[in-house]
Amino acid sequence: MRYAETGYNLEIDLTTGSIERVETDPKMTDLHLGGLGTSVKIHWDRVSPEVKAFDPENLLIFSTGLLCGTPAFSANRTLVSFVSPQTDLLAYPMMGGFWSSELKYAGYDKVIIRGKSPKLVYIWIHNDKVEIRDATHLKGKGALETQELIREELKDPKAQVAAIGLAGENRVFVASIEQSRSSSARGGGGAVMGDKGLKAIAVRGTKDVNLARGAEFMVQVQEMTKFIKHRNENPLKEVMPIMSGLGSPQMMKHIDEKWHTESFAWGNARVRRKDFWTEEIDKNWTKSQTEAIKRFVSCFNCPQQCGALICHEDVPPYLMKCFSKLTYAMAAYVDDLDFSWRICKKAFEYGLDSFSTPQILAFAVELYEAGIFTDKDFEGCPTDKEGRFYWLLDKLARREGIGDYLADGTYWAARRIGKGAEAFDHNTTKKHEQMNIKLGMLDPLYFLMFATNEKISITQIEGNWPQAPFPSKEARQSFVDDWPQLPDEKFKKYFLDWEPRGENSNPYYPTPEISSEIVDWMEMLHNIDDALGLCAGMGSFCFKPAYHIHNYPKFISAAMGVDMDEESLKKIVNRSRNLHRAFNNRRGMTRADEKPPQDHWKHRFPELEEKLLTTYYEFKGWNYDGIPTRKRLHELDLDYVADDLEQRGILKDGQD
Amino acid sequence: MAKIKKTIKTIKVDADKCNGCRACEVICSAYHSEPKYSSINPARARIQVITHRLKDIWLPVFAGEYTPAECMGRDKYIIDGKEYDECSFCRAACPSRDMFKDPDSGLPLKCDMCESDPPLAQPKCVEACLNDVLIYQERVEEVEEEAEQSAIQTGLEALVDKHGFQKVIDAIALMANRG
Repeated sequence: MRYAETGYNLEIDLTTGSIERVETDPKMTDLHLGGLGTSVKIHWDRVSPEVKAFDPENLLIFSTGLLCGTPAFSANRTLVSFVSPQTDLLAYPMMGGFWSSELKYAGYDKVIIRGKSPKLVYIWIHNDKVEIRDATHLKGKGALETQELIREELKDPKAQVAAIGLAGENRVFVASIEQSRSSSARGGGGAVMGDKGLKAIAVRGTKDVNLARGAEFMVQVQEMTKFIKHRNENPLKEVMPIMSGLGSPQMMKHIDEKWHTESFAWGNARVRRKDFWTEEIDKNWTKSQTEAIKRFVSCFNCPQQCGALICHEDVPPYLMKCFSKLTYAMAAYVDDLDFSWRICKKAFEYGLDSFSTPQILAFAVELYEAGIFTDKDFEGCPTDKEGRFYWLLDKLARREGIGDYLADGTYWAARRIGKGAEAFDHNTTKKHEQMNIKLGMLDPLYFLMFATNEKISITQIEGNWPQAPFPSKEARQSFVDDWPQLPDEKFKKYFLDWEPRGENSNPYYPTPEISSEIVDWMEMLHNIDDALGLCAGMGSFCFKPAYHIHNYPKFISAAMGVDMDEESLKKIVNRSRNLHRAFNNRRGMTRADEKPPQDHWKHRFPELEEKLLTTYYEFKGWNYDGIPTRKRLHELDLDYVADDLEQRGILKDGQD
Repeated sequence: MAKIKKTIKTIKVDADKCNGCRACEVICSAYHSEPKYSSINPARARIQVITHRLKDIWLPVFAGEYTPAECMGRDKYIIDGKEYDECSFCRAACPSRDMFKDPDSGLPLKCDMCESDPPLAQPKCVEACLNDVLIYQERVEEVEEEAEQSAIQTGLEALVDKHGFQKVIDAIALMANRG
C-alpha cells in the first residue's frame, strides 16, 4: 500500500484523447517526495529544452503535494507547472482551495496533460471514471462562472473545478487558473491551458488517503493545534498587524494597510506615498471593507481565514484573497477601496494574475502619458483613472487593439511596441513583473532572493526572516527569545547584530556569507512546502510559523511510515531544487539573467553585488555561471543531470 | 415501560461562523477509520459541510438516522435571503441522495458522537473546529427505556430494506457455512 500519496498519476493526451492511469515509481517519492519535486523530475525527463510554451509537447502538470488530503493543517496546495510563455522557464504557480485534496480522494497524485485538443474541452475526473467533455458552450465564459456552470452540468455540488477565463483562451501571458477562492496565477498557466484547448478540470473523489502511522501523525496535528491557537491569541508584538499572525497576510481581516500602502510603490511600481494612511483613509476603508466582506473563508482543512466572500453593491458575489485587494487600486492610483472590489471581480472572471496585470495596465497609462501610445491607440478610453483601468483590462483580456501587446506582459509588450517603450519596462526580472517595491539602500538578502529564485517571484523565497532590522535592541531580543523555528542558534546572533544604521547594517551586513545561509534556509522552506503541498502562510511565508524544519520530518515520517530526519529531508529538497535549476540552465538561464530590477534600490553597489552572487553560488554548489557543479550534482545523486549538462556544453568539463 | 435517565448529546451548529474548511469532515473520517487514523476520506465522514459558496451557504450537517424511503414533501427554506436546497438541513441517510452513505458499500453512516471507552471530552469534529462553529452540549433527560440499536443492526436493516429478509439470511447462512 502507498501512504500519503495515492501512487497513481493521470496521463491525458488532448491531441488523441487518450487517458491513462499510471502507477508511479515509489523510488521517485524517495528521491523527490512529491508536489513540485516529483513534477520537476517529470519535466526534466520529458520536456526537452527546445520545447516552447505553446508546443503540444509542453506538459501542463496539476499536482497535489505529499501531505494533501491528510489531516495536516493547510495541506491544500495544487501546484501547476509548465514552461511559461512569458519567461520561457519552468513556472510553478500554486493555488489553495479544495482541488488538490479532491484529486487525492479521487485516487491520483497528479494530472499530466500533453497535446492540444482540436476544440474546447473540459476534463471530468470522478474516481476511476475520467472523461474529456465538450466545452464549446463554455467558450468565453468567466473563470468563476465556469466553475458554477460545470458543477450544475455535472449535478455535483461537491465537484471542485479549476477553470480559465477569456484571458486563458486568448493565450494572454499573464492568464491565471481560478478555483474556489484561489488562483494559480504567476507565469501564464492559464495561457498554456487555453492553448491546449482545455477550459477546466473538474474533480470529485470518494476514496481513501492512507496514513502509515496515523496515531503518531495525529499527535503532531494535536501539537500544532495548540500552537495555532496560541499564535492566533498572541499576535507577534514586534511587527505591524498585517504580519503579526499566521496564514498568508490576513488582508481580508485586517483593514490597517499602512504597511503595504506606504512601503510599496504605486502606479507602475513608481511612487511611494509615505503619508497615505490618514485617519480619513482609515475611516473610509473600514467602511468599505466591512460592508463588502460577507464572510471570511478558508481553504481546505485550514483554520485561518485569508479569503473572504465579497458582496459589494451590484457586483455579483465572489471570493477574494490576500494582496489582490491592493494591487489594482495602487497601480491605478485610486484611493477608494470600493474600486478594488469591483475590478477584481472582472479580472478574476477574465482569469488574470493580480500581481502582473495591474502593473501592465499602469505601464500602458505611462506609455500614453509619454506619447508612445497615441490618442488613436486610446480611442474610446475614458479619462478617469478607474475608467481607464477597466477599459485597458478589457482590451488586454480580449487582445483587442493595444491589448494585444499588453497581453504579452510588460517585457514583451515593450519590445513589440518599441519607440522607447523598453525604458518603461523597469520592474521585471527574467521577463516577469516583480513586486511593486522601490527602496533606498541595497539589501543583501533581497538582492539574492530577487536575483536567484527559480519562481522569479519574491513571495516564493522570502518569509521567515523579517524584511528589515528592528530599531530597538529590546525588540530584537524579545523576538529571538522565542524562535524555535530557526534551523540553528547562530541565526539569533545574526538577527541581534543586524541594525538599521552603522557598521552592522545594509548593505554590508548581513555579510555575503551570512546572507547566503539565511536565503538558503528560507528558500529551502519554500521547497519543502511545495513538495508537501503546504500553504506557505503556515510555513515558509510567515514569521514564526506552524511548520518548520524541526517538525516537517515528523509529519512526513508518520504519514509515510519512514524515519526521516532533518538532514535527509534537506537533501531531498536540495536534489529537487538543483534539478529545477538545471532544467532552467538547460533552457539558457545563466548568471547574466540573475538581476533584480535596476531601480529596485536607489543605492547600488556593483562590486558587492557581484560578491554576493558569487558567494551564494559557491554556497549552493554552483559554478560562476550559476550552473550546479558536477560535484554538487553527484552528492545529490544527479549524475545523469551532470552528464546531460556536459553533453550540451552548459557544464564545461574540468571547469569546476 | 420504565423511565430512565439518559444523557442527550448534541452539537449546536453556529453556521454563521463556518469558513468551510472541512476540518470536521477530515477528522471524522480519520477517527472512524480502522485502525483509528489509518485513512482519511471525507466522503465517509458523518458530518458534511453543505457548501454553496457564492450563495453564502456553508452548513455543517451531521448524520442522523437511516431512512428507507424518501419523504413525501420536501422543504425549501429562505433564511436571511438565502434559499437553501431541499434536503439541506436533513440529517437522514436516505435513498434520494448519496450523503451519509459509505461510498464503497452504500451502507448508511450515522454520527455516534465519537463514542469510545474511555469517553472523549467532546466529539472529534468539535475539537477540530478552531472557529467555534461546532459546540458540544450534553443534557440529561428522562426517557422511556428502549433497546439501543447497534451499528451492525443499523447496517443490516439497510440491507434488509434493499434486498429483503430472506436474501440477507441466506447470505449470512452461506457465509457461516463457509466458515
